[in-house]
Amino acid sequence: MTASLLDQRLTLHPQVALRPEPFGALAYHYGNRKLVFLKHPDVVRLVQALDGTGTTAEKLSECEIDAARWPSFERALANLHASEMLQ
Amino acid sequence: MSQTQLVEQLKGGLDAPICLTWELTYACNLECVHCLSSSGRRDPRELTTDEAKAVLDELHDLQVFYINMGGGEPMIRRDFFELLEYSIGRGIGVKFSTNGAFIDAEKAKRLTAMDYLDIQISLDGTDAVTNDAVRGEGSYNTAIQAMNHLRDAGFGEFKISVVVTRYNVDQLDEFKALADEYGAQLRITRLRPSGRGADSWHDLHPTQAQQRQIYDWLVLNGENVLTGDSFFHLNALGEQPLPGLNMCGAGRVVCLIDPIGDVYACPFVIHDEFKAGSVRDAGGFSNVWKQSDLFRELREPQSAGACSACGEFDACQGGCMAAKFFTGLPLDGPDPECVKGHGEAALLAASSVQIPKPMMDHSKPSRVPVTIGRR
Repeated sequence: MTASLLDQRLTLHPQVALRPEPFGALAYHYGNRKLVFLKHPDVVRLVQALDGTGTTAEKLSECEIDAARWPSFERALANLHASEMLQ
Repeated sequence: MSQTQLVEQLKGGLDAPICLTWELTYACNLECVHCLSSSGRRDPRELTTDEAKAVLDELHDLQVFYINMGGGEPMIRRDFFELLEYSIGRGIGVKFSTNGAFIDAEKAKRLTAMDYLDIQISLDGTDAVTNDAVRGEGSYNTAIQAMNHLRDAGFGEFKISVVVTRYNVDQLDEFKALADEYGAQLRITRLRPSGRGADSWHDLHPTQAQQRQIYDWLVLNGENVLTGDSFFHLNALGEQPLPGLNMCGAGRVVCLIDPIGDVYACPFVIHDEFKAGSVRDAGGFSNVWKQSDLFRELREPQSAGACSACGEFDACQGGCMAAKFFTGLPLDGPDPECVKGHGEAALLAASSVQIPKPMMDHSKPSRVPVTIGRR
């Protein structure tokens, strides 16, 4: 079983571009042509903070995301990870 | 945020389109009977290379990730490769639709060498008889030849794009097998009564029984087949929604730029009623996208009208605006192909209505057949 995303040091794939939108952002992967909706501005903030320097849990704390919301963030990140947007 | 909330957001419009179609030219070597843009002859007002590049600069600034180029036959433009390279160089991926006539071995190699490029070969039958009846004599062989060139050049996964009609609906499995044979991806889309399709739709559009057949086929195969979300009107047929956002994106997440720079709500409504402006206007494309009255209106909550009495509205969303418009139906009523059968009654009621004609007809003048030599 793979380790929880919360313990991993993730980065945004270099071929992924984020476009701000009223609801959050669109993420587009130029490599696999996948388009994913980031459905909350806080998710966008978190994704932008992921630079491989700390674990996801550390970044969630840094972004001051309430721990009660972490499970929903984990789901959003899992979706991005499955689309190879996060590595 | 749930999928429903996201769709509500998208209906309110985005800062820039997600899916932008740009018909590069009205010129075409073919004369398909269902051509959405009534293409054939080049329009002398066509955007110049410089104008086209300026539009691409703007799309870059708006962070449009990719565009769909079409026509007409886009490869007819002398600056086709120049525009392709410019777009990709600006970080705008391109998917272009072609009948394949201009993809020879050398061009296939050139296309293979490019990144962020998808190619969509149009094919409307898995045999020449079925395909050529719609797309013209010889067009089946042309498409297959182009596919062979792309395969030989090692292009990888190109797309085979099929408009589903009464006559090819039984070939869906064969289309899938053909795509698999070429390592290609199958894309099937809905026939619209737009452009020359206004004249051929009544003969070509799938029957009610065939609509069920398409729905069932998509439920089984839909995950690996592209549809451009075009079959959402079929969702009223069953419990399981088809993959996709299930909404009309016209003017909200989708739009069309035509060869002379006019901006329409979607590729299926080339008519003044749905023209939002022109990229040649002051403020360019951005201004049209953000400020035009038409697009603002489309982003307002839409009335379900006559459909509000039907329990399936949430599933089918009342269907396709273009399909209604070009069959003379009110936009806030059922789709002409409503799977609950409300379309037929509406078509009957509208039979005395003046049906809007496509406004940008570039069809070639009809030719008088001449016999050369002795028969």
